[in-house]
Amino acid sequence: MADTLLRFRDDAASTAPVVSLASLHDAGGNATAVRIEPGEDARLLLPLLDRLELVEVSFPAYTDGRGYSAARILREYGYAGELRAVGDVLVDQLSHYRRCGFDAFLPNQPITREAAEKAFATWPEVYQRTVDGRTPIWAARHG
Amino acid sequence: MPMYQYDTHDQAMVDARVAEFSDQVARRLAGTLSEEQFRPLRLKNGLYLQLHAYMLRVAIPYGTLNSRQMHMLGDIADKYDRGYGHFTTRQNIQYNWIKLEDTPAILADLASVGMHAIQTSGNCIRNTTADHFAGAAADEVADPRPYAELLRQWSTFHPEFDYLPRKFKVAIIGSDTDRAAMRLHDIGIQVVKNDAGETGLKVYVGGGMGRTPMIAPVIREFLPPLQMISYLEACLRVYNRYGRRDNKYKARIKILVHEIGADEYRRQVEEEFAHILTLGLEPPPAELERIKGFFADPAFDTQSADTIDRSDPDFALWVDQNVHAHKAPGHAIVTVSLKPAGGIPGDASADQIRLLADLARDYSFDELRVTHAQNIVLPHVRKADLYAIWQKLDAAGLANANLDLIGDIIACPGLDYCSLANARSIPVAQKISERFADPARQAEIGELKLKISGCINACGHHHAGHIGILGVDRKGTENYQLLLGGSEGADTSLGTIVGPGFSEDGIVDAVEKATQVYLDRREDGERFLDTYRRLGVAPFKEAIYG
Ligand code: SF4
Repeated sequence: MADTLLRFRDDAASTAPVVSLASLHDAGGNATAVRIEPGEDARLLLPLLDRLELVEVSFPAYTDGRGYSAARILREYGYAGELRAVGDVLVDQLSHYRRCGFDAFLPNQPITREAAEKAFATWPEVYQRTVDGRTPIWAARHG
Repeated sequence: MPMYQYDTHDQAMVDARVAEFSDQVARRLAGTLSEEQFRPLRLKNGLYLQLHAYMLRVAIPYGTLNSRQMHMLGDIADKYDRGYGHFTTRQNIQYNWIKLEDTPAILADLASVGMHAIQTSGNCIRNTTADHFAGAAADEVADPRPYAELLRQWSTFHPEFDYLPRKFKVAIIGSDTDRAAMRLHDIGIQVVKNDAGETGLKVYVGGGMGRTPMIAPVIREFLPPLQMISYLEACLRVYNRYGRRDNKYKARIKILVHEIGADEYRRQVEEEFAHILTLGLEPPPAELERIKGFFADPAFDTQSADTIDRSDPDFALWVDQNVHAHKAPGHAIVTVSLKPAGGIPGDASADQIRLLADLARDYSFDELRVTHAQNIVLPHVRKADLYAIWQKLDAAGLANANLDLIGDIIACPGLDYCSLANARSIPVAQKISERFADPARQAEIGELKLKISGCINACGHHHAGHIGILGVDRKGTENYQLLLGGSEGADTSLGTIVGPGFSEDGIVDAVEKATQVYLDRREDGERFLDTYRRLGVAPFKEAIYG
């Protein structure tokens, strides 16, 4: 499994056990790594953002786009830890994942780092401001 | 020229897409991508695998294009298709006989005139549609196209909304007269002015056709225009998170709005909107102003004669039917009907497409529009030029004087092309338009919007037809249901099924009987729809089945 993990962060990967959202408040309430499923509300994590160092967002099927919103919401509220897309994660979607704030990927089918970096560079520019810090075209136009 | 022009940023985005897709097609042709892997990628570029060949759907943002672009559409029809293009109810054009290996070249040709096939399919935000008389109509409050262009840019490769529960369609208008079926879209926007004279946007969410047709309720009465992007981010985010994904047929936003109620949907959107406003996602006022600059009025010739010489009766008939009032004196709006008797609704030959391009260049400030009724508009024509235009159209078989009459049929591609179809639409449209081919008879019947879909997906808008026809599969044979009483304008309503279905010839007879009831029973000035609404379905049912 470790060899399919792609990380685009400088810090060391979390070694904490990953718990489900439901069990986040169990176990003494100090878990630092959590996994959320498509139907789960990412906003429930907002009170805990300072404590968390890894959030896994599950993509059972690439066609289920709820995880994009989950990721963006977490980043919009200031989450700075690792945000990992897990599951049916495809190379042709990587640039969108990145724009929504994911900085780590654990795909079912391995993706090379080179292919991932090529995917991130798909769009020379972007039309929207998201959480990835890229300058939208409208801002470039108007300085 | 009153049209948006790409700058280097816009061009770079489209070019990047051509490069990406060329690479994907090469991988597919080399066999390193399977059809299964390729499918979602080609769908992002409007490339469908139909019954007999690939179909390519090209985006025409808010239905507006210039003569160079139109010319290119004609050339593509010649070079890569069988000499035809098909204009759709989504203001786009489709080519039905495309070879996969040609698609990179087609996209490159399109990109050379600032066009593309981005997001013309898939569960993403589709091409925004708009009033086809925008910027020209006498009754306009404000031109909706600058907002439509802002939406085009915002929705292009939007990273969060690429895998929504289902496809997502936005329509925008700027008049009280709704010519875009705006309330039958996932989001409908109307540019309005309030009592203080300020411009705002009235936002409707949750309309649609398909198997559960719904008319969108108002979700926001008055939105400041410079909050539009933030507000739509909120609308889409609530839908992306909570729209149903367990059943394809319940996945459109109309079902979400219906199930939780407009009030609850509005509450959730407002909550999300308040958060999003803090993020600075909105383009600055200068960007809206920049875009508006492209849509400034062209230099209308206000000295031009404001009268029309009607001495040629055939011309006069066409003027009465196909020409609308323009906001500038001495000018008019021409709608060219792509509905000849016995023809395929929305089809145009390469030569016809190029002729229309030339007419736009010579007579309409270089501009054309595609309507959702599958016709072409020359929006800014001098009245003095109408006769010359009509003669050229007539010589090319394009002077059909049947706009909004029974011959002006909307029909989806149906079983002749579409793999989802239950029945053919095109032959039914052809037989009906032949049955009513006599122009005098059509004029006698007056306004009658007839719409045909080849299956419940309703691409032919049958719910919104004064007369609607729905193709169904009845024990393995094609069968047609008749609906009456639909409408898509300011008085939007949904048609109701009259009774048991018909064979192909039977449905043509049923339509004729319905029009006869109207002719027999109408009162002063009533249209077919008015008579139907006054009398109800009973007398029609009796005449058709009795
Ligand atoms: S209505 Fe049905 S048959 Fe017609 S184009 Fe749409 S999916 Fe195809």
